Amino acid sequence: MELKPQHGLLKSLVAKKILMALTGLFLCLFLVAHLSGNLQLLIPGYNGRLQFNSYAVFMTQFPLIKIISYVLYLSIIIHVLDALVLTIRNRRARTVDYAVKSGYGSTFASRNMGILGTLILIFLVLHLANFWYKYKFGEMPYMVSPEGYFVSQKGEAIAGAVLRDGHLWVNGVDKGPAMKDLYEVVRLAFSQLWIVAIYVLSMIPLGYHLAHGFQSGFQTLGLRFGRAFSLIRTAGLLFAIIIPLGFAIIPLIFYFFPEKLN
Amino acid sequence: MKVYLKVWRQRHARDAGRFVDYTVDGINPDMSFLEMLDVLNNRLISQGEDPIAFDHDCREGICGTCGLYINGRPHGPVARATTCQVHMRHFKDGETIVIEPWRADAFPVIKDLVVDRSAFDRIIQAGGFVSVNTGQAPDGNAIPIPKEDASKAFDAATCIGCGACVAACKNASAMLFVAAKVAHLARLPQGRIEARERVLNMLTQMEEEGFGGCTNTGACEAECPKAISLENIALLNREFIKAKCAL
Ligand code: HEM
Ligand code: SF4
Ligand code: FES
Repeated sequence: MELKPQHGLLKSLVAKKILMALTGLFLCLFLVAHLSGNLQLLIPGYNGRLQFNSYAVFMTQFPLIKIISYVLYLSIIIHVLDALVLTIRNRRARTVDYAVKSGYGSTFASRNMGILGTLILIFLVLHLANFWYKYKFGEMPYMVSPEGYFVSQKGEAIAGAVLRDGHLWVNGVDKGPAMKDLYEVVRLAFSQLWIVAIYVLSMIPLGYHLAHGFQSGFQTLGLRFGRAFSLIRTAGLLFAIIIPLGFAIIPLIFYFFPEKLN
Repeated sequence: MKVYLKVWRQRHARDAGRFVDYTVDGINPDMSFLEMLDVLNNRLISQGEDPIAFDHDCREGICGTCGLYINGRPHGPVARATTCQVHMRHFKDGETIVIEPWRADAFPVIKDLVVDRSAFDRIIQAGGFVSVNTGQAPDGNAIPIPKEDASKAFDAATCIGCGACVAACKNASAMLFVAAKVAHLARLPQGRIEARERVLNMLTQMEEEGFGGCTNTGACEAECPKAISLENIALLNREFIKAKCAL
């Protein structure tokens, strides 16, 4: 059999779908890491605040994490653009639609991945503008210890330090950069009902997206061997419930039970 | 029984087409769906009208020629049945039944409910075969094949090329059909030799025909009269990855 002339790899529908699966499953891994990091917000008292803010320093400065974060941004961009290209291509395969459709045999989530993804994207933009952009480029409060001292990025409260250009100075000596108080930004955001509502409601499309996406990613990569796949399916459903629930619980506790965090 | 039909009528490929209402009375519940249409067509012919064009051949569920999109489902309301195996007892007396052709740009309407499925033929021609003579029945027994592989190859081979998978898929994707053909041969030693060319050729042809891509919704598997499993699509994806990595 002669091999027919092949189009470029990225013109292939299956290759594009595999890219979708690789980026999507990588994003699933990211969700686990992100959630475990964020749950530190629920540690009460000054310790929790210090631990979360130190974690934020670590995440923005540790070189390996930096590289991973660039892979992450790239994955999101590829996932979204690939989704757009595939969705348009798939729509074009049926330009005259049926008068009656039943959706039989497919789930709501599987039929609406594009819309669910778009809702996630909107949330993502709001979320990044809210915290990430502010942390990196915006006006930030700085961490203050219970004794009222500024705190260095190493987590040490420095007595008598003054803050200038983001650095701590004692008698004109630079003691290094000050720790930004991201925890405070989170706390302020989650004291507003509308922000809490957006954060909680946005977890619904995420849940549906994962309910289809998790197992779909494995299927796309051909990782389907007999009974093991039903385990993947079950794991995907659990993932789709636990992860969004875990994220949603944080703004809910901040808003409804702030005293628990003191 | 009496049913009210809304049937897609389209004089030719370039006609805009429209739904036409018909009332069919005096139906025996044990008639097949196609026999019900025969009754209607006889009446139309005797009235000097153009009968409704629809595809059919064996009328025993094995050829894959019939294929109507009935009330939002390919091959109608009965699971694991082709249209010719659906009987009027599966409908309610006085029910309104909407009948449409398979909708996919790769399956253009020829007339009324008949679509051109030669895209499937071209996909088969692109690689759905083995080039060598595999001999007679005794030669088949000379190569032992594990039972599991043989059964799965047989299951895949039951695809009758009806196109219900394409009709059911929201992307009008032909992945289940291609997967059935690729998996059927990929699981057998006779098919392994050309496995790489086969999967690449058939997928390229599928794309050139204008079918969509797979998003794993599973509608195809649910509607396939032969219960071809999505497992075959996973195998197709594996074959694709293997083929691309072998370069
Ligand atoms: C945290 C963010 C996200 C995660 C964890 C995620 C995860 C996934 C996974 C695992 C898949 C399955 C891949 C496959 O079936 O091969 C997928 C598919 C998809 N995603 Fe996402 N995704 C995310 C964000 C987005 C965004 C922002 C969009 C769109 C703007 C999007 C649109 C899609 C689409 C259209 C598909 C294909 C669905 C299909 O084939 O039916 N996703 N996603
Ligand atoms: S896979 Fe099933 S639905 Fe698709 S053509 Fe074959 S028999 Fe018909
Ligand atoms: S006419 Fe042959 S399968 Fe229905």
